[in-house]
Amino acid sequence: MTDDDIIICRCEDITLRQIRELIAQGYHTIDEIKRVSRAGMGPCQGRTCRQLIARELAGALGVPIEQVEMPTFRPPSRPVLLSTIARGEADE
Amino acid sequence: MSRNSADVVVIGGGVVGCAVAFELAQRGCTNVVLLERNTLASGSSGRCGAGVRQQFGTELNCVLAREAVRIFEKMDERLDYQPSVEFRQSGYLMLAYSDHQWEQFQRNVALERSLDIDVKTLTPRQTLDIVPFLNIDGMVGATFCQEDGHANPFHTTFAYARAARRLGVEILTHTEVCGIEVENDQIKSVVTDRGVIATSTVVNCAGAYSGKVAAMAGIDLPVWGERHQILITEPVEPIMGPMVISFHHDFYCQQVPHGSFIMGIGMPGEPKGYSIHSSVDFLEGMAVTLRQLLPPVAQLRVVRQWAGLYDRSPDAQPILGECPPVERFFNANGFSGHGFMLSPIVGVIMAELVTTGRSSIDISKLDAGRFARGELVLEPTVVG
Repeated sequence: MTDDDIIICRCEDITLRQIRELIAQGYHTIDEIKRVSRAGMGPCQGRTCRQLIARELAGALGVPIEQVEMPTFRPPSRPVLLSTIARGEADE
Repeated sequence: MSRNSADVVVIGGGVVGCAVAFELAQRGCTNVVLLERNTLASGSSGRCGAGVRQQFGTELNCVLAREAVRIFEKMDERLDYQPSVEFRQSGYLMLAYSDHQWEQFQRNVALERSLDIDVKTLTPRQTLDIVPFLNIDGMVGATFCQEDGHANPFHTTFAYARAARRLGVEILTHTEVCGIEVENDQIKSVVTDRGVIATSTVVNCAGAYSGKVAAMAGIDLPVWGERHQILITEPVEPIMGPMVISFHHDFYCQQVPHGSFIMGIGMPGEPKGYSIHSSVDFLEGMAVTLRQLLPPVAQLRVVRQWAGLYDRSPDAQPILGECPPVERFFNANGFSGHGFMLSPIVGVIMAELVTTGRSSIDISKLDAGRFARGELVLEPTVVG
């Protein structure tokens, strides 16, 4: 296994090679990489991969990692059963 | 910024702006600059429900949607895009819950069939052949069009952008329009935070911000933002083909190819505004309606919810075409929830208008002047 085969996004099975190819194609923000590849869209919502993608972007673009724009976290913070949410309504 | 002048400046890097830029270049108009203040598809295009339907209540909407579908069908080849824009014709199932609504649906079907759109009417029981776990209590009837469907809005936007770039269009992201210089009703330049571009022609594809962009040219354009919310579930095996849509419940829900269910519901009393924060009351309302209409889907987990903006116009219909008195200021906005599905044909129409002054489909009813004339377009078949 080479470095390129390392899984960056475990929810969506996105490898380091794929991330590097997308950066080379001109996708230069985490949001764009997420939208084109689904990295960060799985059940964990990018808790691991967005840091790793940010590091790749910082290296490729030659900027400090704190200058890589972080996407917003979208609720809920963990997956929740919709039926559980529905039962929270006073409907019966 | 590499160009300081352009034949056309397209404002907005959503799917509409990218489609317009590509279709202009396709017609030989390649000295085009597209300006996007954030990243491509960062606004409404990247937040939409991604449905594509032809079932509408006005002839013009049916024709526009039908032509958009024909372009979607061949989009990967036309734009030479890999992997794919993921256009799937898995159908739209539209549910009626009152006699009044059912009569409207039947009028729509007659219109759609006259325009070569293949739509069936179904009894409530027949809908179970398509979605076996649909709760049909209270349903009066339904209509179904197999050729409706959905596409991936990110890939569609990127596909247009890449194809446009290959033809010579310059796409500038992270570049915000700050002003439009107009003298004697003629556009002189577009001012951005990264420099000035001299141009005679602007296409305003700024979505919910189109009213603000028009104001920079001294034009009063009634387009504003209206928040709409969506959620998506964990992915599961394919169990539901079509988009299920009920105007009575202000509800739509579809399983996308990835396996997740994407769904939205209207929130009454949403004010004009530009907030894209999601809310917990949406989550609750969505879950309750979902449990009622599609009970097994409520057994899934919600992974993510988000909000985006409709670019609302007063009659919830698009605003297309030139915008007097300013010459060569073109609008392609006001889609009010249908911008993504119409974008392929809107790109064609706008490129035709900009390059030849006329379009292959008569869109004169959708001009910005209709509001002042009191000639609103009334489409009876919309959500939210």
